[in-house]
Amino acid sequence: MIIGALKENKKDENRIALTPESAELLAKLGHKCLIEKGAGAGSGFADDEYKAAGVKVLASSSDVIKSSGALIKVNQPTSAEIKKFKAGQILITFIWPAQNPQLLKELNKKKVTALSMDMIPRISRAQKMDALSSMANIAGYRAVIESANNFGRFFTGQITAAGKVPPAKVLVIGAGVAGLAAIGAAQGLGAVVRAFDVRPEVAEQIESMGGEFLFLDFDESNSTEGGYAAPSSPEFRKKQLECFREQAPDIDILITTALIPGRPAPKLWLKDMVSKMKPGSVIVDLAAEKGGNCDLTKPDQKIVTKNGVTVIGYTDFPSRMAKQSSSLYANNIRHLFDDLTPEKNGKVAINLEDDVIRGALVTHGGKVMYPPPAPKVKAVPTTKKSEVLEKTPEQLKMEESAAVRKAGTFQVGMLILGGLIIGLLGQYAPPAFMQHFIVFVLSCFIGFQVIWNVSHALHTPLMAVTNAISGIIVVGALLQVGSSNLVVEVLASISVLIATINIVGGFLVTKRMLAMFQKS
Amino acid sequence: MLSTELVTAAYIGSSVLFILSLGGLSNQEKAKRGVWFGIVGMAIAILATVLGPEMSLSQYLIPSLIVGSIIGLIVAQRVQMTGMPELVAALHSFVGLAAVFIGLNQEINPMKSYFGADKVIHDTEVFIGVFIGAITFTGSVIAYGKLAGSITGKAVILPGRHFLNILMVVVCLVLGWMYLNDLGWTYLDQTSIWTLLAMTLIAFVIGAHLVLAIGGADMPVVVSMLNSYSGWAAAATGFMLGNDLLIVTGALVGSSGAILSYIMCKAMNRNFVSVILGGWGGGGEPLADIEGEMVATDNDSVASMLENAKEIIIVPGYGMAVAQAQSSISELTKRLRNKGKNVRFAIHPVAGRLPGHMNVLLAEAKVPYDIVLEMDEINEDFPKTDVVIVVGSNDIVNPAAQDDPNSPIAGMPVLEVWKAKDVIISKRGKGTGYSGIENPLFYKENSRMLYGDAKKSVDELLTKISS
Repeated sequence: MIIGALKENKKDENRIALTPESAELLAKLGHKCLIEKGAGAGSGFADDEYKAAGVKVLASSSDVIKSSGALIKVNQPTSAEIKKFKAGQILITFIWPAQNPQLLKELNKKKVTALSMDMIPRISRAQKMDALSSMANIAGYRAVIESANNFGRFFTGQITAAGKVPPAKVLVIGAGVAGLAAIGAAQGLGAVVRAFDVRPEVAEQIESMGGEFLFLDFDESNSTEGGYAAPSSPEFRKKQLECFREQAPDIDILITTALIPGRPAPKLWLKDMVSKMKPGSVIVDLAAEKGGNCDLTKPDQKIVTKNGVTVIGYTDFPSRMAKQSSSLYANNIRHLFDDLTPEKNGKVAINLEDDVIRGALVTHGGKVMYPPPAPKVKAVPTTKKSEVLEKTPEQLKMEESAAVRKAGTFQVGMLILGGLIIGLLGQYAPPAFMQHFIVFVLSCFIGFQVIWNVSHALHTPLMAVTNAISGIIVVGALLQVGSSNLVVEVLASISVLIATINIVGGFLVTKRMLAMFQKS
Repeated sequence: MLSTELVTAAYIGSSVLFILSLGGLSNQEKAKRGVWFGIVGMAIAILATVLGPEMSLSQYLIPSLIVGSIIGLIVAQRVQMTGMPELVAALHSFVGLAAVFIGLNQEINPMKSYFGADKVIHDTEVFIGVFIGAITFTGSVIAYGKLAGSITGKAVILPGRHFLNILMVVVCLVLGWMYLNDLGWTYLDQTSIWTLLAMTLIAFVIGAHLVLAIGGADMPVVVSMLNSYSGWAAAATGFMLGNDLLIVTGALVGSSGAILSYIMCKAMNRNFVSVILGGWGGGGEPLADIEGEMVATDNDSVASMLENAKEIIIVPGYGMAVAQAQSSISELTKRLRNKGKNVRFAIHPVAGRLPGHMNVLLAEAKVPYDIVLEMDEINEDFPKTDVVIVVGSNDIVNPAAQDDPNSPIAGMPVLEVWKAKDVIISKRGKGTGYSGIENPLFYKENSRMLYGDAKKSVDELLTKISS
């Protein structure tokens, strides 16, 4: 199939859906690629680079639309573009079907097969085509860089000849992909990072990125199907805001990324919290497009409050790193084509049984396919709530004393049993035997006490030395060796011989081994 | 000539010295002195016996002592540290055989005559002593064969083996009853010696059969168990001869082996009986599926990982001994330590084929013993570790022991290497290793497989890391 990449016509959009690299990989799937002249310029890809990668460069968007079977874009198509679409043509881009029902209608009228990159389900198999994640990753990183740019100090703590610099304290709200990327980037710059999320199961991820999880003691999990956060109850919200209010005077940088699918962004950082922040602090609101998590956020603008807090509400962070985001986005699209062309023969097959393709498909063959049936796989495995309740100290103490008591009873029982056996033995056995028996029992006890103290590292020498001293059996053989009976004499002599091997070999090898143990 | 009282005094001295010798093994420095206590104790015991009143000399005595000493000397000097398990097993078999001979001698030509209860007790002692000695002997011979590789390391399981064992023990009990009651034919002027001989043969079979059914990975338990038996055999001999020194020493060795077996079993989360009866228990339930794939790596990336790491832990296993990689690893450790990295070793109690085997191998390769730590000492440090190198170990680092209740090794304490940032696993091939249990560690995201012979891999690594 011929895949055409259109130039983005949205203001300040620098990204592009096709890179020379992705074009080469698409060619391997049997596809041919076209691109509109100058479309890659914003991302730093020149037309010549595309040509070198085997991409045909066409002069206008109409030409590209006319000659392509599939169109790839970043933003929603304009009405002018849609008019030129042909029935059966494939369109792959961010469509946001829930917010743009009108667009959906227009596409459907044209009988376009539209796949929306924002609708790729969040399951592990589809991660490689999850453009939202790759864009969020960039946004999170860029948010930190932007905040650093507007923050008048180092992020990392330093001790310089001129004095001590404390590290910047960063709070990240919402530990989705963007939040985690922000935690990682801020951590990398040397800041002290804390993070909050309504889903307690992401605590581990936060910690793995080097952040500290702000834990709310509240029994409610807010994870939904698909790995996004759900709205929270009023009690929870109250507690959450309390926690933030406490943090406000302490932190230098705030990065908010809290979004709930299909709803305006929750207001989590209220006016009073901003006023409590130190002058020079920076807020970057990644939810600005959806109204912002902070009361004062103005979308696409940077403002400075009266108390000197900078609030950044840019909505185009990925576009501000266009080369990076284009190459990731182009890769996401390329992976989607991987799934669309299972035979790798350049023929696209829309498989409605495939969860990923069905999820992304919004219009197909004159039918609106949105919304898709719910994905079956939960994105983040919820932490298994341990069945065993945390034990209180009293319970632990009780268990401990019960265990001690049990061990005590066991010991007493064994002693009584042992006593009975020995008593029975004493009843019948001759006194000489009983004397030997005392020696035997006491030796066993000494043996146990002594051996427990042997260091684990010396267990092999222990075995060798016990080998040597069990050669003491030679004493028995020595007593028999002078027997007048020839059989006895020979057997005893052999016993002496092998027991001597034990003694000499055992001791020498132990010495040899112990000499090897050297301290550093 | 010494009087009986003096001989007894000498025996007391020897017993004390033996106890001190074992007690010395509580740490490396004291241990070196401890061996001398043992040697002196042994010398006193032998001298006192030879000079004692009960002794009558034989023309074979001096040659036996000399030949035995020479063999012992040669063996002790020649043995490789990787061959220690075989040597230990061989020495156990000697004690067992000696116990059998001494018991038979005691039957053929008792040193004094016994009557009534004394006779019953004495005969029982002889019978039990020979029984334990015989099991120890063949058990150790088979263990030796397995460790040396001349007998297959896999568990050889005969159909109806439990029934067979029970049958043989029952026959032995019947023979014992006949022996005590002097039933049967007369032979060599002894009414009942044939019952004793028959029992000896059956006990030989029992010993061999028991150890044959035990798999290679369980060898540490078997060797410690035989260690214990050799002690009990010596103690039983002491009872039949009425010699307290033998009883004391036998009891010391017996309890030492018993404790080692207990520690090994605990480290595998298995009970003693199930190990001795052989084969993995349980099973039947499906194992948890393993997700992910094994990712291979090469020496270049391992070298750069190590260069960037600060905290490194090496987990050696039997595979290191097989590949003779310990000195290369020691050199690697030295170089990394010279670069200021904190390199340590984590030893699982059942790593290797002998309790403490890894410690000895590393000591031989001149790894200082204070960076060689036990599982309990180091297990909590893995999350803080940058790189873990697993060399030739498998089950002891298997996360399934903690995660998968259906795993055959569920509940076994393991080294939690997967909590480290990166894990490098040096392994010969993709197989499941000695125990045949799949290891999910290899499929974890932070695991990298370094395929190939451990020694070769480490040697190549050494060319990438400057000294």
